[in-house]
Amino acid sequence: MVRSILSTSVVGLALAAAAPAAAQPIAIVGGRVHPVSGPVIENGTVVIDGGRIAAVGASVPVPAGARVIDAKGKWVTPGLINALTALGVSEVGAVPATVDTAAEGEHGIAAAHRVWDGLNPASPLWAIARNEGITSVVVVPSGGLVAGLASFADTAGATRTALLRKAPVAMAAALTADTAGAPSRGDLLLRLRRLLDDAKAYGARKPDFERAATRDFVVSRPHLEAMQPVVAGRLPLLVAVDRAADIQALLDLAREYGIEVIVQGGAEAWRVAPALAAAKVPVLTGALDNIPSGFDALGARQENAALLRRAGVAVIVTAGSVESFNVRNVKQHAGNAVAYGLAWDEALRAVTLAPAEAFGVADTVGSLAPGKAANVVVWSGDPFEFSTTVEQVFVKGAPVLATSRQDLLSERYRTPGK
Amino acid sequence: VLPTLMIAAAACQARAQTPPRPTPPAPAAEATAGDAESDTARKKAPAPGRGGLSVPNDDPFPSTYKAPAAAPFAIRNATLLTAAGPVVTGGTILVRDGKIAAVGAAVDVPAGTTVIDGTGKFVTPGIIDDHSHLGVYAAPGGQAESDGNEATRPNTAEVWAEHSVWPQDPQFPRVLAGGVTTIQVLPGSANLFGGRSSVLKVVPGRTVQDMKFPGARYGLKMACGENPKRVYRQRGPSTRMGNVAGYRAAWIEAEQYRRKWDSYLGDRTGSAPERNLAMETLAEVLRGNILVHNHCYRADEMAQMLDVAREFGYTIRSFHHVVEGYKIADRLASAGVAASIWADWGGFKMEALDGIKANAAILQQAGARPIIHSDDPSGAQRLNQEAAKAMAAGAALGLPVAPADAIAWITRNPAWALGLDDRVGSLEAGKNADVVLWSGDPFSVYTRAEKVWIDGALRFDRTAPPETWWRTDFELGFVPVEAR
Repeated sequence: MVRSILSTSVVGLALAAAAPAAAQPIAIVGGRVHPVSGPVIENGTVVIDGGRIAAVGASVPVPAGARVIDAKGKWVTPGLINALTALGVSEVGAVPATVDTAAEGEHGIAAAHRVWDGLNPASPLWAIARNEGITSVVVVPSGGLVAGLASFADTAGATRTALLRKAPVAMAAALTADTAGAPSRGDLLLRLRRLLDDAKAYGARKPDFERAATRDFVVSRPHLEAMQPVVAGRLPLLVAVDRAADIQALLDLAREYGIEVIVQGGAEAWRVAPALAAAKVPVLTGALDNIPSGFDALGARQENAALLRRAGVAVIVTAGSVESFNVRNVKQHAGNAVAYGLAWDEALRAVTLAPAEAFGVADTVGSLAPGKAANVVVWSGDPFEFSTTVEQVFVKGAPVLATSRQDLLSERYRTPGK
Repeated sequence: VLPTLMIAAAACQARAQTPPRPTPPAPAAEATAGDAESDTARKKAPAPGRGGLSVPNDDPFPSTYKAPAAAPFAIRNATLLTAAGPVVTGGTILVRDGKIAAVGAAVDVPAGTTVIDGTGKFVTPGIIDDHSHLGVYAAPGGQAESDGNEATRPNTAEVWAEHSVWPQDPQFPRVLAGGVTTIQVLPGSANLFGGRSSVLKVVPGRTVQDMKFPGARYGLKMACGENPKRVYRQRGPSTRMGNVAGYRAAWIEAEQYRRKWDSYLGDRTGSAPERNLAMETLAEVLRGNILVHNHCYRADEMAQMLDVAREFGYTIRSFHHVVEGYKIADRLASAGVAASIWADWGGFKMEALDGIKANAAILQQAGARPIIHSDDPSGAQRLNQEAAKAMAAGAALGLPVAPADAIAWITRNPAWALGLDDRVGSLEAGKNADVVLWSGDPFSVYTRAEKVWIDGALRFDRTAPPETWWRTDFELGFVPVEAR
């Protein structure tokens, strides 16, 4: 069924959340509950039923027959989201056979590339992320000017269908000095404009195109087709861009074409924070990067997230770069964002509800609210602290803590030589 | 911004090193026994001193570092993680003349001494990163700043990292702000023998000599595994067995070189043998004057390198990127070789596949000497956070490591790896006053280094206006003052 859905079209479609119908309701009681969509509830209860959150509150009755989890002294939050990953499509970076992040495309444009076509549910890396409280990820393709379509996946599921929550959720692109071997930034923008123009023309004249009665377009039909929701303003262009001037150029382009954009990386985004806020453009940023690691990122600073948020920008904290093994480090970034000025509640939002909103899945995940998928984590304390342990992880209401490959290695060699 | 795994791969690919070391001569006996003949030859040779015996000028690029004069000061009522004993709460540290004068729960602070209130704060030794590429892979990056790997031949023991270090690398001040006071800058890992490392103090300097840790020993960067065999697959070595053959051939040549020179230097008769820079470095390893830092991920390869070292009579001071250290923690402990590791990097290539977060804790439990290193300018700024991750993983595995012990992973243990543990790496009277005042528990994600002293001189103060912080020449006009 999923196969047929995925093969039909790239127009945004919410995949059916294949919720394992948990026979028995679960009640997590007595914890410090951070719903994110509402104020903190001390000594709160979260009820999970049928894979969804049934109730959240201070005086919620425990359903008869429920499995009760005592969360006294614990913290309960929505499962965390890392919105910048190659989880499931990049196993061992140096082994090309295990890396499925990039497509060849045409002239650096691979708009029709669906990254989830390569998604591997059997990757041992899902468990590493999941065991540390990351219950969803955005899987982002990379390479070239337009890398292709990103998807939103939960971190537990035996099949691609079970993993995918929504696909596509964005069209990945890049606008940096080293993008697609372009000789200049102007060249990149020229190529983007031409693509957008051609996609619009194609959309308006499909019958002519089929009769070969249109001018030549820069890319072939699948890519033009994939760009339709982008030019219609229904699918955001997720653009890796760091330099303030380039971000501004992107905002100008977005206004000119009426497209939605999300900034990815945004090392210097803080320098154009008001413009980003005015354009309602979300920014994905890490919180450890303060190195002028290139002429695109001379203004990189750890206060980026805090300054953007203060200006009213929707901030999504990621682990900085596209992660697969260390998807989990989004927690460390969130904690550091707090150390550098972001309010704690905002940091939690930046790794839960904010990414869910930016990628169009806030109706089903990102907060502890009745009706949402029960992606829930019980922590021994503050989720961002290193000493905190993960006590329980639920994805769609199912407990998913499991022994990872790394756990097996740890146990095997716990006492070397023995 | 490169994905982490790319940075890791690039870093590991390009690393080589060379740390200098001060006075105490490494006893020749420490270089383990080869055959009887070489033992005899060694005994006949003059006692090795600092630097090389075989070179006309054993310190051709001398340190010009000078610690600025600084007034005495004390930090009172802080939690002290000394790396030399139990945690001291409500403790005091007194610094005078660039040295730690006293540390403890009850310290007399002379009248008139500047006193800093440490209430709610922590004090640690300056952090030491024994695997850095600052200056040799300088920001803003790109080919112009790519000076870490002389990837032209598998053996480039003749190159010295300090000749690549750009003192205006804007990464230096950022790493200092992370509480790091001493770093070992290594050449990359493209080569079997990458060259000499350089031990630097993280201070502003117009030249690399201004930053060189006076008297620090040089190190030799060696690399195992995937990197050399990938880089040289066209010309060889293209296999791990080719790698090992390459080490052995070089050590055979180096041993001959050493004997020739030691014989000449014993009586100075006849004409001096011809100098060879690569062999000079390797001979200094055989004499025990240069410390070997061996990039090596896999447990089985480390065991092979221990055998190579035994065969040729040298010791390995530390393995680096020891992703599989936990598999041979007992062997590393008995060999007395340190294990420099990341807290949680893994998976980016086959030899890194088995990285586990509990690596440090397992090594610790086995009595080995774990070190958390960075190999990365971002990680270097938060080695305390990396250590905290490793502690948490140990606790989860039932191998808790106390803060008093874990702090050694980023202070005392790397000091030992650099041969500097008699001067830095712990808060003890008489040691260099490399001191960090933290806003709180350094193992918390919310804590930041507030003040950093090197040799008793305040080098970073987060409470001071940012425009007063160290800014490299490169940053002027390019990097906004507030971007740190």
